[in-house]
Amino acid sequence: MSKDSKFCPGCGQTMILQTLYRILQEQKSEEKAVLGLDIGCSLLAWDFLPINTFQTHHGRVTSTMVGFNRARPDLLSFAYTGDGGAYAIGLQSLLWAAKRNDPITVIVANNAVYAMTGGQTAPTTMHGQKTDTSPAGYDAEPVDGMKLIRSVNEKAYLARTAVNEMKDMKQHLEKAIQSQRDGNFSMIEILSFCPTNWRVKGPAMIEYVNNMKESFPVGEF
Amino acid sequence: MENNKQFLTGHEVVVQACIDADATHMFGYPITPGTEILSGWIKKCQDNKDLHFLQTEDEIAAGFTVCGALMAGSKSFTATAGPGTVLMQDAMGMADGMRLPFVTIIAQRGGPSSGTVIYSQQEVNLAIHGGNGEGLRIVYSPSTVEELYVLTRKTFNVAWEYRFPSVLLTDGYLLKTKQDVVLNFVGENVEPKPLVSEHTQKNIRNIYTFEQELMDELTNQKQDFDEMAKEVTEFESYKVESCDELIIAHGIVGAAARDAVDELKKQGKNVGLFRPITLSPFPKDELNKLCKQVKKIMIVESSMGQLKDLVKQNLDTQVEIDGLYKPAVGIETEEIIKLFK
Repeated sequence: MSKDSKFCPGCGQTMILQTLYRILQEQKSEEKAVLGLDIGCSLLAWDFLPINTFQTHHGRVTSTMVGFNRARPDLLSFAYTGDGGAYAIGLQSLLWAAKRNDPITVIVANNAVYAMTGGQTAPTTMHGQKTDTSPAGYDAEPVDGMKLIRSVNEKAYLARTAVNEMKDMKQHLEKAIQSQRDGNFSMIEILSFCPTNWRVKGPAMIEYVNNMKESFPVGEF
Repeated sequence: MENNKQFLTGHEVVVQACIDADATHMFGYPITPGTEILSGWIKKCQDNKDLHFLQTEDEIAAGFTVCGALMAGSKSFTATAGPGTVLMQDAMGMADGMRLPFVTIIAQRGGPSSGTVIYSQQEVNLAIHGGNGEGLRIVYSPSTVEELYVLTRKTFNVAWEYRFPSVLLTDGYLLKTKQDVVLNFVGENVEPKPLVSEHTQKNIRNIYTFEQELMDELTNQKQDFDEMAKEVTEFESYKVESCDELIIAHGIVGAAARDAVDELKKQGKNVGLFRPITLSPFPKDELNKLCKQVKKIMIVESSMGQLKDLVKQNLDTQVEIDGLYKPAVGIETEEIIKLFK
């Protein structure tokens, strides 16, 4: 159903994208879906799924999809981004899209680092986590995207899940799409594997993501 | 035609031109001296439900919402100025890379920084070369309120015909001018086409894996740009027949220079005017033709030399260059006449 993956072996993003595509197939909505891509590892999704996709700029996918949606509100607008694109360089546009309740679905892959550039501190880097730019360990708390967006939008569908909870991920994405169809903003944050920058293997990745859930509780918000 | 005269500001003329170009969506952020294009468009949206707007959180969002709406096939645009034109380069760069028919109206103000708020001719370089690429953009510089109308419509039409980002480069003096004006609607509008829709399955990128891929893409873009230039390049040559000195000016300074040429002719001085209407693509052939005939060119602009640089880049002929350069300050007819004492 998809072309060859350009992501690193073991990356969580293919699981997110394939789940999204499975839902679109079930809903017979592949032709109605448009997937905008932020820059960062998200850009690697550009020819992964057989649906309309386009790359944008770093931090700019949300506003691009807001514009797309305003021109074609009858299609399904998805903004696919990493944690840096969502909560750092693109935060202003994300907050305002949420505040205006623009009916788009933002999907945030949270791997706690800037991965494409080699593992620098991200808005979601956890207290004590060592990164390329926090070699002594990060000395602050991460951004909680769920709380932040809820503070500006009461109607939005907001949920956090993880790539090792596929059933929940699918349900949350389905509800997010329904929220968009109902005319509301939605955002799903998905805790995702980054074996390359976490420098961990197989079973340890599961453990790493499960530990992340202490900083980033999963569920609906 | 007398009946068609309307008493309008430059801002109002631009808004009407956008409507007459069949634009449907404006995304913008208030900034002097361009704000009245946004507020004027929003007023039109109150009565016309086919028109849409969004006042965005900043110019970056204004630019990218335009990009998204263009992808979907809507004739959308923005208007900005000064520091806003700087922020707009992010989205214009994406439009450069993906050949989006991005239309922006730039109301030049003084710089650098927040500078002054009404007037300059200092955003020529930004309009053409503000992105991290090769500056393959179409840039119109109108000199009168009538031209504001004609060239605003044209900006949309060339953008959608040739798919290069296109700029209407003006300033607060011209936009705030209120006068009797005849809006001269000539020619059909180009139909918008979506890049993606339910009838396509496209994967569109702006990042390339290999250096050669990007160079091939840019080589194709340059070929298309040069082909387009043959159709689009515009200029005004005013009283240049056998003149031996040539004024070169653009935009509102070009209008002052035209009056100066009339007065100088009365005084028996053989001075003509060359006014590029498209600053990009630049009317190179006509410039060089005229420069073979004259002894000296006199560049007049409200910048320290952004037009001069464009002229020098395009000049193949040896000719003496002099000029009047007043950054962010208006230039009156009398000052231009005095240059020829």
